[in-house]
Amino acid sequence: MTEAGLTMLNRTADSVARATPEPLARKVRGISDKGLAWLFISPTILLLLAINIFPLFWAIYLSFTNYRANRPNEVVRNVGLANYKRILGDQDIWIAMQTTAHFVFWTILLQTLIGFTLAWLIDRKFRGHAFWTTIILVPMMLSPAVVGNFWRFLYEPQIGLFAYAISFVTGIPATQIGMLSNVSLAPWSIVIVDTWMWTPYVMLICLAGLRSIPEYIYEAAEVDRASNWRQFWSITLPMALPFIMLAVLFRGIENFKMFDMVNLLTGGGPGSTTEVASITLKRQAFESWRTGYSSAFAIILFVAVFGLANIYVKALNKVKQR
Amino acid sequence: MSLTSAHSVVAPSATSKRVAGTIIVLYALISIVPLLWIFATSFKTPPDSIAYPPKILFQPSLEGYCNLFSTRTRQTPEYINSLGPATGVCDETVRKRNMVIAGPSNFMPRFINSLIIAFGSTFCAVFLGTLSAYGFSRFKVPLADDLLFFILSTRMMPPIAVAIPIYLMYRELGLSDTALGMILLYTAVNVSLAVWLLKGFIDEIPREYEEAAMIDGYTRLQAFWRTVLPQATTGIAATAIFCLIFAWNEYAFAALLTSGTAQTAPPFIPTIIGEGGQDWPAVAAGTTIFLVPILVFTILLRKQLLRGITFGAVRK
Repeated sequence: MTEAGLTMLNRTADSVARATPEPLARKVRGISDKGLAWLFISPTILLLLAINIFPLFWAIYLSFTNYRANRPNEVVRNVGLANYKRILGDQDIWIAMQTTAHFVFWTILLQTLIGFTLAWLIDRKFRGHAFWTTIILVPMMLSPAVVGNFWRFLYEPQIGLFAYAISFVTGIPATQIGMLSNVSLAPWSIVIVDTWMWTPYVMLICLAGLRSIPEYIYEAAEVDRASNWRQFWSITLPMALPFIMLAVLFRGIENFKMFDMVNLLTGGGPGSTTEVASITLKRQAFESWRTGYSSAFAIILFVAVFGLANIYVKALNKVKQR
Repeated sequence: MSLTSAHSVVAPSATSKRVAGTIIVLYALISIVPLLWIFATSFKTPPDSIAYPPKILFQPSLEGYCNLFSTRTRQTPEYINSLGPATGVCDETVRKRNMVIAGPSNFMPRFINSLIIAFGSTFCAVFLGTLSAYGFSRFKVPLADDLLFFILSTRMMPPIAVAIPIYLMYRELGLSDTALGMILLYTAVNVSLAVWLLKGFIDEIPREYEEAAMIDGYTRLQAFWRTVLPQATTGIAATAIFCLIFAWNEYAFAALLTSGTAQTAPPFIPTIIGEGGQDWPAVAAGTTIFLVPILVFTILLRKQLLRGITFGAVRK
């Protein structure tokens, strides 16, 4: 792997050198432009090869073995595709994928709806909008782990602020609102925290989209006496759509990988009702120590994210070209 | 004149502005409540923090901060009475609960680890990122788009998936639970963001500046140092803050790859427990101290936020 990596790198550096145009490629103090390009780019590529790509290949190798990290002295056997076959037939994995799908679908739906609405309102440019926008942006900058941990306190059935607020509004006794202990409420508890945290993110990107629409289009629509409703559906929404889709892409990738906030808020529980894919992966890899098996699962997840993201980007580019 | 009247046709009416403003202010206030609650809880006593109904008005106390920074042992009232007068606020607060301070807690070392690892990895990522971004921006790099996409794609892997082989690799290399190991890892994660953001910033600096400098006899390296870097200061600062925030907030790698000497604050804060469960005022105090730098940075960064969170894809 290291050798192959180096050859690849050398070849890249070679072609970097060859492609740099001649007039610029004058020698100065021993370093030509070609040399400089290669000198500037290669440390980053080397670091990524060492810390990202090499481990990825290692994980691919491990996924074909029965290796267990807590028993380093045991003989490692090649098991072929057995790990992959077992994952695809594993009931728990499918449940985890469904939990992840529920989480990703609802967080993205809510964040897009609320985020776009907020952006659309902020775009009215009322007095003080810049200040309030900054306030709204704060939650997304915080550490998801630390925030997840603290929401555990807010969700406490009796003493928690969230339960108290809900019981104040609905009249249901605060002791009965166990967001984290009730099997049917727990999946929503993580959706609520994620929506609280990341709606500002979608809002910010949507706001950029709305502000990118040139005013003369609206002026033309006014001249044509298009109703506000009509203007919204045939100008605002279509022109902001690439931005909305970009926000959905970033949130989709992030939430598919979601680990920190959920791990500290529910730890996957009660039972496995909030066990999203990354939590299952952690349990398999670092609690059951099924390293080979979990590596196979990691590869499947990575391929899924990568594949879905690629298909999505193609769709996004089509929308942009329209 | 005709222009301004055309403008006013599409400008939102005063009523719609007022309605929009009200809704936004309401949303902002509600969304900020959890943070205010963390702040308030950090100044509560443990009984106040778990009172029902939740206390909005309370007698402020430093007990949470005292408990955060110290470890305590329970003693008999006789023993405590036999001690000399309390030496400080914390000593006094703790004695009211029949306890004495036994020593400092692990919070400070964990906080310092967070500082070292966040600043170390940010420096490395920005350094490497600036060089690469300049390379991609100014030289004709073959397969540049593929390389840039490769750099970005390393960000798509779930952290746990990366953590499995890294865990094994670090165990072999003796990098487990070391600040160096964490700095390397965070640098690798952040460098993709740094390259993408900085390439955008450097692309915006006209090439003519360097070309003029080179005609004046500067070498390419001097031109980079004397003309491009000073122009890119804002971009570099914004990128650095984004890297810093990521490294500061990171939890998954820290929780799986560090346990003792190199542990950072995010995996440590949830483990703060008192007698009979989580010591919420102490957790809130730790959370508050941990979040304050981020609040400051968010305000500093607000103009560049959009660019940072979209890897430079949206520039406003």
